[in-house]
Amino acid sequence: MKRKHHLKLNKYLVAGGIMTAVMVILAIVGTFWTPYSTTTMSAAEKFAAPSLHHIMGTDNFGRDIFSRVMKGLGTTMMVGTLVVVAAGAVGILVGALTGFFGGWIDEVMMRINDAINGFPSILLSLVVISVLGMGRQNVILALSIVFIPSFVRIVRSEYIRLRDMEFVNSARIMGVSKMRILFVHILPNILSVFSISMMIGFNNAILAESGMSYLGIGVQPPDASLGKMLSDAQGYMFTAPWYALSAGVTIVVLVLGISLLGEGIRRCSND
Amino acid sequence: MKYFGKKLVSLIITLFMVSVATFIAFQIIPGDVVTSILGTEATEEREAQLREELGLDKPVVERYVNWMGGVLKGDLGTSYRYSKSMNEMMPVAELIGDKLPVTLWLAAIALVLIIVISIPLGVLWAHSSSKFLDAFLGVMTQGAMAVPSFFLGVLVIYIFGIVMKMFTPGSYISYHTSFAGFLGYLIFPAIAIAIPKIAMTARFLRNAMLGELKQDYVRTAYSKGCSKNRVMYGHVLKNAMMPVITFVGMIIAEVVAGSIVVEQVFSLPGIGRLLISSISTRDFPVVEILVLYIAFVVIFVYFIVDMLYRVLDPRISGR
Amino acid sequence: MKNKKRMLSLALGFTMLATAVLSGCSGGTNQSSEDNSSKEPTYGGSVVVGVQQDIDSLDPHKATAAGTKEILFNIFEGLVKPDENGNLINAVASDYTLSDDGLVYTFTIRDGIKFHNGNAVTVNDVKYSLERASGLLDGTALIGALKTLKSVEIVDDKTVKVTTSKASAELIYSLTVAIIPDGSGEQEASQPIGTGPFKFVSYTPQQNIVLEKNADYWQNGLPYLDEVTFKIVTSSDTALLELQGGSIDVYPYLTDSQKAEIQGTFNVKSATSDVVQALFLNNAEAPFDNEKVRQAVNYALDKDSINGFVSGGNGEIISSAMLPTLKNYYVDLNSTYGNTANVEKAKQLLSEAGYPNGFDMTITVPSSYEFHMETAEVVVEQLKAVGINAKIDGIEWSSWLSDVYSGRKYQSTICGLTCDMTPSYLLNRFVSNASKNFINFNSAKFDEIYAKTLTTTNQTDIDGYYKELQKILCDEAGSAFIQACPLTIAINKKLDGYKFYPVYVQDMSTVYFTK
Repeated sequence: MKRKHHLKLNKYLVAGGIMTAVMVILAIVGTFWTPYSTTTMSAAEKFAAPSLHHIMGTDNFGRDIFSRVMKGLGTTMMVGTLVVVAAGAVGILVGALTGFFGGWIDEVMMRINDAINGFPSILLSLVVISVLGMGRQNVILALSIVFIPSFVRIVRSEYIRLRDMEFVNSARIMGVSKMRILFVHILPNILSVFSISMMIGFNNAILAESGMSYLGIGVQPPDASLGKMLSDAQGYMFTAPWYALSAGVTIVVLVLGISLLGEGIRRCSND
Repeated sequence: MKYFGKKLVSLIITLFMVSVATFIAFQIIPGDVVTSILGTEATEEREAQLREELGLDKPVVERYVNWMGGVLKGDLGTSYRYSKSMNEMMPVAELIGDKLPVTLWLAAIALVLIIVISIPLGVLWAHSSSKFLDAFLGVMTQGAMAVPSFFLGVLVIYIFGIVMKMFTPGSYISYHTSFAGFLGYLIFPAIAIAIPKIAMTARFLRNAMLGELKQDYVRTAYSKGCSKNRVMYGHVLKNAMMPVITFVGMIIAEVVAGSIVVEQVFSLPGIGRLLISSISTRDFPVVEILVLYIAFVVIFVYFIVDMLYRVLDPRISGR
Repeated sequence: MKNKKRMLSLALGFTMLATAVLSGCSGGTNQSSEDNSSKEPTYGGSVVVGVQQDIDSLDPHKATAAGTKEILFNIFEGLVKPDENGNLINAVASDYTLSDDGLVYTFTIRDGIKFHNGNAVTVNDVKYSLERASGLLDGTALIGALKTLKSVEIVDDKTVKVTTSKASAELIYSLTVAIIPDGSGEQEASQPIGTGPFKFVSYTPQQNIVLEKNADYWQNGLPYLDEVTFKIVTSSDTALLELQGGSIDVYPYLTDSQKAEIQGTFNVKSATSDVVQALFLNNAEAPFDNEKVRQAVNYALDKDSINGFVSGGNGEIISSAMLPTLKNYYVDLNSTYGNTANVEKAKQLLSEAGYPNGFDMTITVPSSYEFHMETAEVVVEQLKAVGINAKIDGIEWSSWLSDVYSGRKYQSTICGLTCDMTPSYLLNRFVSNASKNFINFNSAKFDEIYAKTLTTTNQTDIDGYYKELQKILCDEAGSAFIQACPLTIAINKKLDGYKFYPVYVQDMSTVYFTK
């Protein structure tokens, strides 16, 4: 009975799961195949309205928007995923060490953390991008650095909460090595909190990438991300409303899907 | 007192680190202010002359020390880029002093909107047993958080400005000219800033309240015969506000530090836009002061939140 | 299109300063919208003009950005000034004569001309202004082209004699330099004071520069407007929103795609600008050190299709560094590589050069210029067809200036060069040792003929040399020249009288509200 209760799907889980699955499938298919080339231009088909041939219409270069959305989705999801993985990994490492041990290392790391946090993220991104050049991998690197402090904070406070717990003390008494306590005993206990912050981080990374695209420091053409497409599209709101709509709705569905999934998981485990 | 002293020292250390980092960043990034000012018409003579005028011919460390010395004496320097008259550059203090009220008022209006709307909304949400309302608010708030901020700004302009004609996009009125007109224009960018934050805060408050409702003391209060309202507002809300204060604190830090994207979309001459344009033209004196200001705001707000915690929850100061 | 990148140039891009580069101007107007010139002008009213860049200086001698000069044109005037046909007309001077050896200019100051502060313009003011700009005052020339001035002498209280060390037909174009009150460049807190149709009122960084009518202007009947505000917009996207919202009356840098968005509510006019756009190839960098490879790139480009995609067909295709609007000097070389792609010829040349399978290349583009970014996207597609695998690297304008333009650390770049009314301006940068030769073009033949233009005095010979220079640059494929970019302007339907200039200025003196 209890197990069944745990597995019970709530509406959030179902809706979020479906939305996310559709997005993932589109993105995966898009990396291998798209209905049309994402770069071939056609003057004749410039700003064609949605039709059976081009279900989302075409853009200012006559390129099929649906194909570009599929490709852009892949880019966007990759940026989001790699940013949370990179920033999350650093966050766990630094957060665990500083939270568990405290002392001067904590002091030093937290000051550095504050400094990164206080440093305008746009300037930070710009430094990374000016030095290493624009492009996908540097956008990921820049956003990862920006996202590290929040992960460090979350992990650190979890370790502070858990470090004096009974199970940690007994492991200590049993002579388990510190590294083992940190990453084998404590880590699994923070995973539920951490996975939800990963999801929030994923969405924030996607939104931050859109902002960078708007400011002109996102991915480079002819590569497309959803944020870049949306910011390109806003100049044609009257001429080609389908352009902004396609890119905008895809971002919203992607972000919403992940949020609902997170909410579903949270409600599931709370019930 | 010892606590304050410690906090103060760490604030100073962090600000110092931030200023050095900014200085180093400016040494690393390509492009310098002289080529940026002279553009494609640069001649070697003019470059050398300008470099000397701006003091850029001096060694790197000397420049930083000079700059720091000036700041400590209260002289924030002059912009490399913005003129005050034919032969004087704009003092940084004057430049930022002119832009800061825009950002601060924008932040203030956005904050009022956030607090006035999100707190009743969060309480109502936690209070309500309607499945429909729960799902509706759940989807609405998630949706509001899923729109990129620049696009939300564009949507606000289209809906309120171009379709409903409630304001004229781009007709920003300086607070020197008309304070009422100034606030009237700021409401719309403030809405663009506030929407996702309202959604976040309301969700956060609701979840905190639901968490509190499961606590033992709530059951005790009920069993003692307290009314539902009394329990909700007397106990639950008060306790649930604790984490919400931290959360709102983070939002304050964010909006007071300048909403770069929204200022850009609405053509507001605030410090976020000044930061972006100063970075792009390599106007070092302006960027340094802005970065210090932003770092200060972020750290200071976190500090205040920390203090509030101590005041509201005596358990913490014991730690 | 848009100009996002506000960042930095764009904002970023924001808007950048200096740009001689994407600026525009024009000659040959081909108006694409109804003309209401039959309507009667009225006096008064105020107009808001959207500009893309914040001004870089209030000092007319120190301002270098085209975006600043276009505004200051309304405040300051030189002894002579350009008109909308590309001719020079007398301004502060009412007349001038040139000695037979071409070395001495004698200017007579216009009777009764006054500065905005009410003071009459004197010979001392003229002497001071010219000496300051040419470096005779303190040794550093603020305007490079005036370096050849040897002396400025006061003859009497109406006459000034300017002596140059080298005769040049082009020097007079530089004597458009602003005349300012004696000593004002060095006086503390001096505000811009000139003799132009509008007076300076205020400047607020990042917001606007406000001008008011100069009631004492020497041209009778001008200006019409009481007030002009140049409003600095954050990007072309926000400019579009502000046009639609009605807070901007005139916006001179519309992109082709934006045209469709506002065509019904504004008058939209286009003209060819003074911007020469090209895929510039670094001749010192492999594989573009090989002439055949450069020619292959020229054959690979389909300029007609670029013009269609990014300029709506309003650009004018070119094949060398000269504006078609400079009719006396321009020679049409478009038959050399053709206006459409010749893939076979390109592939053949690549094989001959040792790249039968093409190669990888990087196109560095200032990302704040959406126009050039979009061109780059089209170019990448076209190069693909001949096996060249190009990658776009968008960088900030400041980085572009230091790395590409001054540092010459790049393989290829797409950008625009603005020019003034002199033909040498566009061509002298391709002399092998020129400091502005950022493409490292190196042709002994070109250098030799360019030297001849400097020593020859016969104008017909000079015209011929300039044509030859264009041909060498085209044949040796210094770069792949694309088009003279169009300039498209949106104007409030109630306004008329806007004039396109062959140089980059926004002359507001002739603009008026119709009845």
